[in-house]
Amino acid sequence: MVLPLAALLWEAKKSGKEGFWQAISNPDAVAALKLTFGAAFVVVLINAVLGTVTAWVLVRDDFRGKSLVNSVIDLPFALPTIVAGLTLLALYGPNSVVGIHLAFTRAAIVLALCFVTLPFVIRTVQPVLIELDVEMEEAARSLGAGQFTVFRKIVLPNILPGILSGSVLALARALGEIGSLILVAGATVHTTVASIYVFQLIQDGDSAGAAAVAMVLLAAAFVILLFVGALRFYVTRFERA
Amino acid sequence: MPRRLVLRGVALLYLFVILLAPLAMVFYRTFQHGLEPVWQTLSDPFTVHAFEITLIAAAIAVPLNTLFGVLCALAIVRRRFRGKGLLNAFIDLPLAVSPVVVGLALYLLYGRTGWFGPWLGAHGIQVLFALPAIVLATIFVSVPFVAREVIPTLRELGNEQEQAAATLGATRWQRFWRITLPSIRWAVIYGVILTTARCLGEFGAVAVVSGRIEGQTETATIRVDDLVQNFQTSGAYAISVVLAGIAIVVLALMMLIKPKEAV
Repeated sequence: MVLPLAALLWEAKKSGKEGFWQAISNPDAVAALKLTFGAAFVVVLINAVLGTVTAWVLVRDDFRGKSLVNSVIDLPFALPTIVAGLTLLALYGPNSVVGIHLAFTRAAIVLALCFVTLPFVIRTVQPVLIELDVEMEEAARSLGAGQFTVFRKIVLPNILPGILSGSVLALARALGEIGSLILVAGATVHTTVASIYVFQLIQDGDSAGAAAVAMVLLAAAFVILLFVGALRFYVTRFERA
Repeated sequence: MPRRLVLRGVALLYLFVILLAPLAMVFYRTFQHGLEPVWQTLSDPFTVHAFEITLIAAAIAVPLNTLFGVLCALAIVRRRFRGKGLLNAFIDLPLAVSPVVVGLALYLLYGRTGWFGPWLGAHGIQVLFALPAIVLATIFVSVPFVAREVIPTLRELGNEQEQAAATLGATRWQRFWRITLPSIRWAVIYGVILTTARCLGEFGAVAVVSGRIEGQTETATIRVDDLVQNFQTSGAYAISVVLAGIAIVVLALMMLIKPKEAV
């Protein structure tokens, strides 16, 4: 693992600062990076909200088939990403039965990324919600707090670290995704994300340019891992003391 | 309580729109003309070969990463050494970084102009655009799973039992086989299942290093992409259904194991 990454660093350094900036500030690279980060943030926001809702439903609600729904959540982890892309293409692509044709649009990128990052927030919030004492909420309610106040003052502060760490992991995943995007979004002028852009540069033999853009992605991954580590440190501060 | 129903509705609708409906659609599209054409596309020699490559890569990567994962978890939880935090963070890297970046890194290392390229070329060993590169890429992307599952279990376990065994004269090896391994067994199995799923589904890294030569260096996932690009969607659907079937089996196994872990 160390050697390949060292080789990557080496290749990025070889072309010098100038070459690096040139590769990064190239309009195509800028467009790809902007699109990647933009789409990833939108998707993370969607999944932070809907993931929290889903986690709440899975923990506090009760209905028939709940355990089945619960196990289906992990499907995006188990399903190959290219298959995920094809499934979305089958329903929301050309000759769609529901008449929604999103292939090769930015909406398709958001859809595909929502699919692959679906489990993260749910799986980090769920255990916290299970542990959370309902008595605290009941006490607040008995003192006259409304539903919204209970959620804002009691539930949210408790699950916030879970939402954050799940969101950040989802962000990392969304920034690097390629398999599910290559079929539904493809490499048209306005749907080329960073991973696909790097892939194209490699195919064109421009490994210095590819290495430069890859370094940006790698740096983002490092920052995200550091953030997750710091968050874990913060959450366990009372246990360690 | 209506609020409860609204939230339930929102959550289930989201899951349906994004997850279940598309998946159901692939199954429908695959089998809409019956079983015969599905079987025919699956027995295409290139497709069979692609599945073989995928299985070979998984068969090498899974045992290696299981061993590595258990050793790393033991080192991280039980030992104190310099750079432990770094190792801990490093294991997670394949989860956070794009598989294309992983592929590029391997490409730069083993390519013709890469660090090992000239030496490998001189000795007539083909790594890039051949099976070894596919295996290496698969190993790289599936590194974290076993360690990630085993580390929390080991932490919770503590080492009192092992210390007790040691005072009774058990060797280190005996302690591992008789005490540690049985206690982390389910975590290891869970990790192995996740690793296997990741290996079978890898796309980005393999797409960069495999060269995508039909019937030679195509894995099952690459073959799906290839068939779609060539408008042979029925073949792509058939392979996808097989891969999705495997994923569903993986989910079922995970469901069977999880409750045991909690006991």
